[in-house]
Amino acid sequence: MSVLVYAENSAGKFKKSTYEAVSYGNAIAKAIGGTLTVVSIGEVDNAELQNLSKYGARKVYDVKGDKVQKFVTQPYASSIAEVAQKEGAKVIVISNSFSGKSVAPRVAVKLKAGLVAGAVDVPQTASGFTVKKTSFSGKAFSHVSILGDVKVITLNPNSYKVNEDPGSAEVISFTPNLSETDLKVTVKDITKASDKIALPEAERVVSAGRGMKGPENWKMIEELADILGAATACSKPVSDAGWRPHSEHVGQTGIAISPNLYIAIGISGAIQHLAGISSSKVIVAINKDSEAPFFKVADYGIVGDAFEVVPKLIEALKKFKANLN
Amino acid sequence: MLAKEQKIKNFEMMKILVCISHVPDTTTKISFTADNTSFNTAGVQFIINPYDEIALTRALELTKDGAEGTVTVLNVGDASTEPTLRKALAIGATDAIRVNAAPREAFYVATQIAQVAQQEKYDLILMGRESIDYNGAQVPEMVAELLNMPSVSIAKKLDIEGTSATLEREIEGGKETVSVPLPLVASASEGMAEPRIPNMRGIMSARTKPLKVVEATDAAELTKVASHETPKPRGAVKLVDAQDVDKLVELLHTEAKVI
Repeated sequence: MSVLVYAENSAGKFKKSTYEAVSYGNAIAKAIGGTLTVVSIGEVDNAELQNLSKYGARKVYDVKGDKVQKFVTQPYASSIAEVAQKEGAKVIVISNSFSGKSVAPRVAVKLKAGLVAGAVDVPQTASGFTVKKTSFSGKAFSHVSILGDVKVITLNPNSYKVNEDPGSAEVISFTPNLSETDLKVTVKDITKASDKIALPEAERVVSAGRGMKGPENWKMIEELADILGAATACSKPVSDAGWRPHSEHVGQTGIAISPNLYIAIGISGAIQHLAGISSSKVIVAINKDSEAPFFKVADYGIVGDAFEVVPKLIEALKKFKANLN
Repeated sequence: MLAKEQKIKNFEMMKILVCISHVPDTTTKISFTADNTSFNTAGVQFIINPYDEIALTRALELTKDGAEGTVTVLNVGDASTEPTLRKALAIGATDAIRVNAAPREAFYVATQIAQVAQQEKYDLILMGRESIDYNGAQVPEMVAELLNMPSVSIAKKLDIEGTSATLEREIEGGKETVSVPLPLVASASEGMAEPRIPNMRGIMSARTKPLKVVEATDAAELTKVASHETPKPRGAVKLVDAQDVDKLVELLHTEAKVI
């Protein structure tokens, strides 16, 4: 019985969320008494593929070639499903990234498998197979049983710790059988801000709301994020007003995140916003209104004007960092 | 504006299916009944899933409010979801289909949608990236797989020129532009369109627009919700004086251990 993890890469390198998925798959393999196999798709060099063995992978399928050079849902889903069938995998783990969210349902249909998207913990396998996931856009959790023989799970970023389990992995080159329909989508252009930390996987997030008064005041937010090594985010009114891009909107209709540290500046804390950030490990609220709902969910708070507090916080962090070195 | 008009001119009567979910309003406080196995619907307002509303709005823009195509809205649900379908008709959809079944789980719902789509041959099947209740984010790609159609998920832009679609989809830390020939399944993210409020004429005409009820087809159920829980409440906030931000840094370092 084997567990298969799809190892997603970004420009040829595996991301932290990939190692989280591999560690998660390894934990399942150990629980059900199976082995861990990983499939990598796209241009990843051998040294990087070998890194997967540090986290429990004992077999790595390496799918390369013109047809899978860039991520496209269909050929990637076909490749994963084909490897799963070849290996007789019973559990398939995929990161709940934008690409992972796209491929998982197709993999599930191809394998006639049940799928749970957005898992936050390892499955309970004592009786049945039940996975805890976020639901109601972060307002709740649901325990979902997968009834089929084959199970597909997508794992939320920052929900499972990377665990080392060193060993050696056999790398197998694999060429999937791709159909004509698999190849109908053509990637024309990719724009990536390489110097910025991607919000969905960020360990620290600095987020700001209408309290910032206008887009021109985001410089201090970016500076604070920069010094913390954090991604920037915003509330819905801010992205609706066009002050910041929609991709930064966290909340019920934006994206849900679970960083280790979430700093909310000038955000009152509407229920829709809190839904998207409630899984954060530590929440800091900075707001001049002491009655702001955010203080009810925050671990730490400062009642004060963002325009005074944020520059001070930047200075304090600079001092803190200088003392660390 | 002119460019957009020209873009859809070549493709005369486009046939679009928009799938919508019936979900609790975003302000809903979530609670559960029956030993945490059911969502407590008491006093809950239901709305069109916000992402599906974005998809519907874009479909209406692409067909110039039905002048250059048809927009059919579909929901898998029991009779209680009909007000949500009527709302979609009020916003501007041409007609509605309700598949008469509880939306048990993703594969079951996807099979129902695929069944309808197989008979009707739509040029474009659009829906939201996920529902804001169960957040499955599974149905669009499952429908595409069942119909053996290409798909693009979590798209924030969608344009159609002739028989080809150009979409911009979200990726970690950036965006990607793709092109695909129709027919296509796509799921909408924020940015694809700005939802609009139905006007009086829309609301009046929605009452007489066709709403067809079809019976469900047999389909496997591959998952089942065992129970729900609400997040554990957090402890009381620790307030730090605005004049003493060093204290916050210290707490984040020594107590919270996040920096």
